[in-house]
Amino acid sequence: MKSKLFDYVERDNLVFHLSGVTKLICFICLTFSVMFSYDIRVILSVMILSLIFFKVSGLEWKQIKLMVIYVIVFLLINFVLTFIFSPQYGVEIYGTKHEIYRFNSRYTITLEQLLYQITKLTKYASVVPLGLIFLLTTNPSELAASMNRIGLNYKAAYALSLTLRYFPDLIRNYQDISLAQQSRGLDLSKKEKLGVRIKNIMNICVPLIFSTLDRIELISNAMDLRGFGKHKKRTWYASKRLKRQDYIAILIAVFVLVGSICISVFINRSRFYNPFI
Amino acid sequence: MEKRPIIEFKSFGFQYFSQAEPTLEDINLTIYEGEKILIVGPSGSGKSTLGNCINGLIPFAYKGEIKGSLEVAGVNTQQMNIFELSKKVGTVLQDSDGQFIGLTVGEDIAFALENDCVSLNDMKDKVAKVSAMVDMNHLLNASPFELSGGQKQRVSLAGIMVDDVEILLFDEPLANLDPVTGKKAIELIDEIQKETNKTVVIIEHRLEDVLHKRVDRVIVVNEGRIVADMTPDELISSDILTGYGIREPLYATALKYAGVKLQPDMKPGMLSSLLVDKVAHNLVNWNEKQLVEESIDTRPDILTCENLCFQYNKRRRILQNINFRIKEGEMVSIVGTNGAGKSTLAKLICGFLKEDEGKIYFQGEIFSDKTIKERSKLIGFVMQNPNQMISKSMIYDEIALGLRIRGVLEKEIEERVDKVLKICGLSPFKKWPISALSYGQKKRVTIASVLVLDPKIIILDEPTAGQDFHHYTEIMEFLKELNKKGVTILLITHDMHLMLEYTPHAIVLANGVKVGDSSAVDILTNEEIARQANLKITSLYEIAKMAGIYDATSFVSKFIQHDRKELAYEK
Repeated sequence: MKSKLFDYVERDNLVFHLSGVTKLICFICLTFSVMFSYDIRVILSVMILSLIFFKVSGLEWKQIKLMVIYVIVFLLINFVLTFIFSPQYGVEIYGTKHEIYRFNSRYTITLEQLLYQITKLTKYASVVPLGLIFLLTTNPSELAASMNRIGLNYKAAYALSLTLRYFPDLIRNYQDISLAQQSRGLDLSKKEKLGVRIKNIMNICVPLIFSTLDRIELISNAMDLRGFGKHKKRTWYASKRLKRQDYIAILIAVFVLVGSICISVFINRSRFYNPFI
Repeated sequence: MEKRPIIEFKSFGFQYFSQAEPTLEDINLTIYEGEKILIVGPSGSGKSTLGNCINGLIPFAYKGEIKGSLEVAGVNTQQMNIFELSKKVGTVLQDSDGQFIGLTVGEDIAFALENDCVSLNDMKDKVAKVSAMVDMNHLLNASPFELSGGQKQRVSLAGIMVDDVEILLFDEPLANLDPVTGKKAIELIDEIQKETNKTVVIIEHRLEDVLHKRVDRVIVVNEGRIVADMTPDELISSDILTGYGIREPLYATALKYAGVKLQPDMKPGMLSSLLVDKVAHNLVNWNEKQLVEESIDTRPDILTCENLCFQYNKRRRILQNINFRIKEGEMVSIVGTNGAGKSTLAKLICGFLKEDEGKIYFQGEIFSDKTIKERSKLIGFVMQNPNQMISKSMIYDEIALGLRIRGVLEKEIEERVDKVLKICGLSPFKKWPISALSYGQKKRVTIASVLVLDPKIIILDEPTAGQDFHHYTEIMEFLKELNKKGVTILLITHDMHLMLEYTPHAIVLANGVKVGDSSAVDILTNEEIARQANLKITSLYEIAKMAGIYDATSFVSKFIQHDRKELAYEK
């Protein structure tokens, strides 16, 4: 079932024991430092760091297989398209031109372009394990608590957590309705023409929407009756108290962020690392 | 000591802005501290509206015009908001699945505390304490998917008790529970009330099940007015219930058939309090006079399952070696607890799932390699909630949908739809939008939309769930008529009354194994099967035993036989 894709499975290790807030802050810091810098040395070190965390978290390959395949496909397409649309952008940035292979005057492979594109590739590639770690090692209910703690309105944070809570229900409901409609003769298989199939899927969506609206009314009543929205703030049962390891993790993440910015500002004097001058 | 009134309606009335008529009129009702009150009434009588007035959803979530006054704990509710009121009144809603807000048990129980900004430590303490009261403390980290219906309800109850409310309000607590779980829920409510001495208000139409434990007073609501306010003993002795379409307890009906004129001093409010000695001779005499009519069924088989097995994965077997045969024109109930495999069985028959082992035969022919579409010509499936099936806005279009998909000519469609509309009693509504129909009528539209395809068998999932006695009778009598026209009907249910009264044949599943396959009477008087499948022994059987009737099972059959005749006579 597709809803299994983001299933949260509790494990006993350091990454899981960290509080959701810590992980969120680390995620934001590390992502930002990677996104800010075009220095491949910085990016590679963050990437190695995130791979180490990934190893520690004990996540299994099959949990992320699908995601990783999507990402690789996306990166490859991105890589090729960048070259097709701006084959000389690297030269523009670094100001030198070391040719490796020439197709014609526009499409020339240069060292500069290669460095630029590889840097960009590693940027994206290093964010992915970070995101996966954050999503798959944070208890969904702690997620809302963490977002609220870094400043997001708690109603918005709760809406997000409720969506996660009801998503599997929605999928189950869709499957049930689709079966009942199929037994009335609705064909969703590839034998039917695309137009007809889309129309048939509509016939499932209408009852799905109505039964979902019923549920929303029920849940919002249940929440009102138990005082949701009474105060400007609320506490969270699922939040974890910050421990020493949390502070250490946050410190490291902030250090990486500051380091990445410092390297850009003081050493490279630009967002790019230029080995060609 | 003078009792303190805790809920006081004075000439109270309420009208939803969206409706032309007031839903509640001239309500005068006082509920005292520590009382246990049951509010009964048919669907649409206004009993749920009454509950919503007490907990504050009216006028907070549902707007309308209020007349007169309602005081809760001495304060007029119009001067309080829903949050203040929720500190006094805790509500357990009907759908315990839908009101499960948190992602785990602990989180859900703590929900009200979180909203009150209680600190994490206090919260954990309180949750531990309250969850122990409802015996859920060992499951604090469980997610709602891992819980049974009864457990979810316990969580809901704990979720309102953390607030230390004065009034516990239960809105149809039995609607989604199987008989034994429902019985346990009533026992739990009773225990909690005795321990904490809180005021308890239960809104429910399953009178007999609530009266399993003592209640102080029963309030009967009909068409927005209170028509009775008396003790259970007085109520059962009167004729009020039958007049308002609420089912009286079966044992009380049996006593009436036996010619007993019930009196409050016989204590008929609960079976356990009834003074049987006074009435035993009537029951024994009646039992001796009734003759059992035997008949032999010679109809051919329409559906046969041989050795059916199904599993999602190796660890969890859903169905194991299921064998049964169903005859043409039978009306059969498939019963069992949640997760016993009832729905899976229906899905296998319809072809939604494919069996791992075993075979299904339809009229002697192998069925296993037929697709959903091919099977749908022979077998129709009606889901529990009509909102899950209806995809068109007009009644006619909805019923015609299946035929249009099959490319039937519009002229023939109209003929067939007209015919089905007539059978289902929906002819006057042919050109109506579906939104104008009541729940029961919508249910009939979904049955009609399956019936129009002319299936030989119709499978219905919980056709009467959440229906009051009136609608229940309406739906079931309709199905019985269909059945008489030759359609074989399979009902997935855990309503024991339904089994007993309408389906001569019942198949019982427990943990994926067939544990019973016999007449409904045999099953509901068999303690071993009842225990395995979370069924309750019918009160008819118990009263017969109490009266000293040796063959209590045959007493139950005689009652059903007599009851059918009475019903036919009334018509």
